[in-house]
Amino acid sequence: MARTFDRPDGTAVPQTLTHLDRLEAESIHILREVVAEAARPVMLYSVGKDSAVMLHLAKKAFYPSLPPFPLLHVDTTWKFQAMYALREKAARDAGMDLLIHQNPAALERGINPFDHGSLHTDMWKTEGLKQALDEHGFDVAFGGARRDEEKSRAKERIFSFRSATHGWDPKNQRPELWNLYNARKAKGESIRVFPISNWTELDIWQYIHLHNIEIAPLYFSAKRPTYNWDGQLFMADDIDRLQRVLGHRPDIVERSIRFRTLGCFPLTGAIESEARTLPEIIQEMLLTTTSERQGRVIDRGDGDASMEKKKREGYF
Amino acid sequence: MAETLPHSSAYQTDALIASDIDAYLVQNQNKSLLRFITCGSVDDGKSTLIGRLLYDSKLIFDDQLAALEADSARIGTQGQAIDFALLVDGLAAEREQGITIDVAYRFFATEKRKFIVADTPGHEQYTRNMITGASTADLAVILVDARKGILTQTRRHSIIAHLVGVRNLVLAVNKMDLIDYDQARYDAIVADYRAFATSIKIAAFTPIPISGFKGDNVTTPSPNLPWYAGPTLMAHLETADFDATVAQSKPFRMPVQWVNRPNLDFRGFSGLIAAGTVKPGDAVRVLPSGKATSVARIVTMTGDLETGVAAQSVTLTFTDEIDCSRGDVVVAADDPPEVADQFEATIIWLADDAMLPGRPYWLKLGTQLVSATVQPPKYQTNVNTMEQLAAKTFELNAIGVANFSTDKPIVFEAYADSRTLGGFILIDKITNATMAAGMIHFALRRSHNVHRQATDVGRETHAALKNQTPRLLWFTGLSGSGKSTIANEVEKRLNLMNRHTFLLDGDNIRHGLNKDLGFTDADRIENIRRVGEVAKLMTDAGLIVLTAFISPFRVERDMVRTMMPEGEFIEIFVDTPLAVAEARDVKGLYKKARAGTLKNFTGIDSPYEPPEQPEIRVNTVEMTPVEAAEFIIRQVMPLK
Repeated sequence: MARTFDRPDGTAVPQTLTHLDRLEAESIHILREVVAEAARPVMLYSVGKDSAVMLHLAKKAFYPSLPPFPLLHVDTTWKFQAMYALREKAARDAGMDLLIHQNPAALERGINPFDHGSLHTDMWKTEGLKQALDEHGFDVAFGGARRDEEKSRAKERIFSFRSATHGWDPKNQRPELWNLYNARKAKGESIRVFPISNWTELDIWQYIHLHNIEIAPLYFSAKRPTYNWDGQLFMADDIDRLQRVLGHRPDIVERSIRFRTLGCFPLTGAIESEARTLPEIIQEMLLTTTSERQGRVIDRGDGDASMEKKKREGYF
Repeated sequence: MAETLPHSSAYQTDALIASDIDAYLVQNQNKSLLRFITCGSVDDGKSTLIGRLLYDSKLIFDDQLAALEADSARIGTQGQAIDFALLVDGLAAEREQGITIDVAYRFFATEKRKFIVADTPGHEQYTRNMITGASTADLAVILVDARKGILTQTRRHSIIAHLVGVRNLVLAVNKMDLIDYDQARYDAIVADYRAFATSIKIAAFTPIPISGFKGDNVTTPSPNLPWYAGPTLMAHLETADFDATVAQSKPFRMPVQWVNRPNLDFRGFSGLIAAGTVKPGDAVRVLPSGKATSVARIVTMTGDLETGVAAQSVTLTFTDEIDCSRGDVVVAADDPPEVADQFEATIIWLADDAMLPGRPYWLKLGTQLVSATVQPPKYQTNVNTMEQLAAKTFELNAIGVANFSTDKPIVFEAYADSRTLGGFILIDKITNATMAAGMIHFALRRSHNVHRQATDVGRETHAALKNQTPRLLWFTGLSGSGKSTIANEVEKRLNLMNRHTFLLDGDNIRHGLNKDLGFTDADRIENIRRVGEVAKLMTDAGLIVLTAFISPFRVERDMVRTMMPEGEFIEIFVDTPLAVAEARDVKGLYKKARAGTLKNFTGIDSPYEPPEQPEIRVNTVEMTPVEAAEFIIRQVMPLK
């Protein structure tokens, strides 16, 4: 609730907005601009903490209406079970349609992160996303990316223009002045819009804390079955499936772990932690010496421009 | 030499985080947010400075530092030392070339403030990306290489920062280590800049000597600069005075983004409050219509507000059912902004294609989107001397002043009073590219004082008296395609059928009304605009008008289309392949054009954009002019 304090002479005392108030207002403005100008928008929903905040902002932006677009989850079949459970609940609570897309070619070939390396991301996520957008004819897709995540993200516009083949041309981005967004495009072209571009990881956590936003329990520490792979700690979310793909049953050890980001369970490194509350998570994040994406296997191995390369090819 | 600081405790309160996270969260939540840019010429050390700020503020994590050290050794430009620029130059092309192409946004915080810093490119070629960063900044750090002093880009960036309204300027004289921390040379650079700043009416700036590479005076006072008594750069950023609440003291303004209609009982108007405050019961007007009402509720998901203030996103409901939609602006009833269709503005041209006076562009201002044309420039500014130069057009990175006219009145304020209602972009109607940024000065007097005179005998009466339906038959095609011949045949037939017609022919009009126009793109556009206006007057008089002009550009043909009532503009594409038209060469013009004695000839060295969906298309290879005319007559009749 806004507070009002009037001076004795009747003039209002300026109301100070916190940086989170300002970020929230900016994100809501962006969400509404898209809905006003796009023919067929969609919100990419990945079940992570950033998606949770973006979804919450969408509810606020259009209240008392429901957000006038569906949610789209580009699935790899390798997400954590807890993520699938939250995905259904979050869509239901928001009163929004949930579309789920799994790349049929990847499904048929049984693409998995153990045998197929970077092909796993390429086919399930990059190709899967392009297929889903084309199939439904979505012309604008909201994504929960933040500029503080990665160097090429730091360079991206809030309205990021894509060619008819979903390519991104980082050397030739449209100027983006003030909060005036040029959402005009030719048939076949599309725009990826990032409403939380200017939020930091700390802002996201603090907002979740302040507004009591539901996030996957995987962010909180608990005793979970883990295994070591390639020198990193992972959670054995589906032990039988792991065994089928690996051809052997990995050594499972129960540990107190949690996750800083969420993706495919065989690609998302866990951290050993005792943080069981939001303030404890924030405390741990602020005192850590490694970056958020450090646990993401997807970002490693392709040199320092791997994210940019993926984005040019159509990855979110 | 300043030591490379270990992760400085000046930034993050590690002790508080460790001992009392809840207290830290409360403290962090109430920090103010400062957005600033770093700008200046190539190699003045912008990226290095930001890398240094991030490093010193403990925002470089171990895994990133390891990658940075490896990159520095491999492709860095600082020998064996860490090349901080590699932290921010995130695009592959930037790292390969060692330059900054696009603006990068980085984030850091101290105990007092949160910062969003936009690192902007120094190359003139990428000025449009610098402007993108500057448009949202509260403060600009203008870097100067102490060895080089004030350069063209220093001046250009200062002018742009000043133009877009950044009032808090810092002159960071960088690389002091490379001039042995010499006070005399520092003082000379500051004096130089002061003279320049005064000339462009920059009232004040804060000079600070630093070394981004060595860390001098960035976050801690440097022992190498004993003669300097002012604040470090960081201390200045933390305390720089900018009033985030100043917009609240202005009259209420809210551009409507979206009409919120969840059901028949609720009709709300959603938007970001641009200025002022609003309470239930406040008297407001909806512009441009001017209809008055009052605010019933300020709706948000977490409950109705007692007061809405500038920079909040809200949904308003009114006490009356009045017409209001996207593009309208809700304003304080007793203090409305301008509504006009002509204004003067400063413009920064951002596109490779030059500005074409008279060409219609989309103009987006707030949530308003209208068609607008730019008059020939009043002047262009020389960024070195601040001289006002005569100009026929604006090319990439040009800064100048021109008058604008829009196809319907828009709601605006001077940019000096409101970034939201005074700043606009121009968008190309065909490519959808963002062509320019503009900042409005004021409405032109004539847009207030020239009103349309209502006449008693209207266009319907004129047409009824002639017993016909007015039409504009617009023939377009290459020179020598047969436009005039076919149009002449069509007019002859219409006259035999007792229709009142008039044929406007390109060559004839250029002997009279348009004798002052040549064949440049700008003149071609003005040619078509005038013909369109004349044709419109003639259809108002009830006539069936035929025009035969090459009219090579799609945008201008569409401009004439939108001037006419729906359905009255009939575009007739006289489709003749270039080779056929050139072989005919009735007037010998193609020969001259090929020989190079005739410039800007359509089809040879000036483009022709064929219609995408003409109402009528005639193929003059397959049809004779008479057949084509009969075909057209069959399509357009009866015209009663």
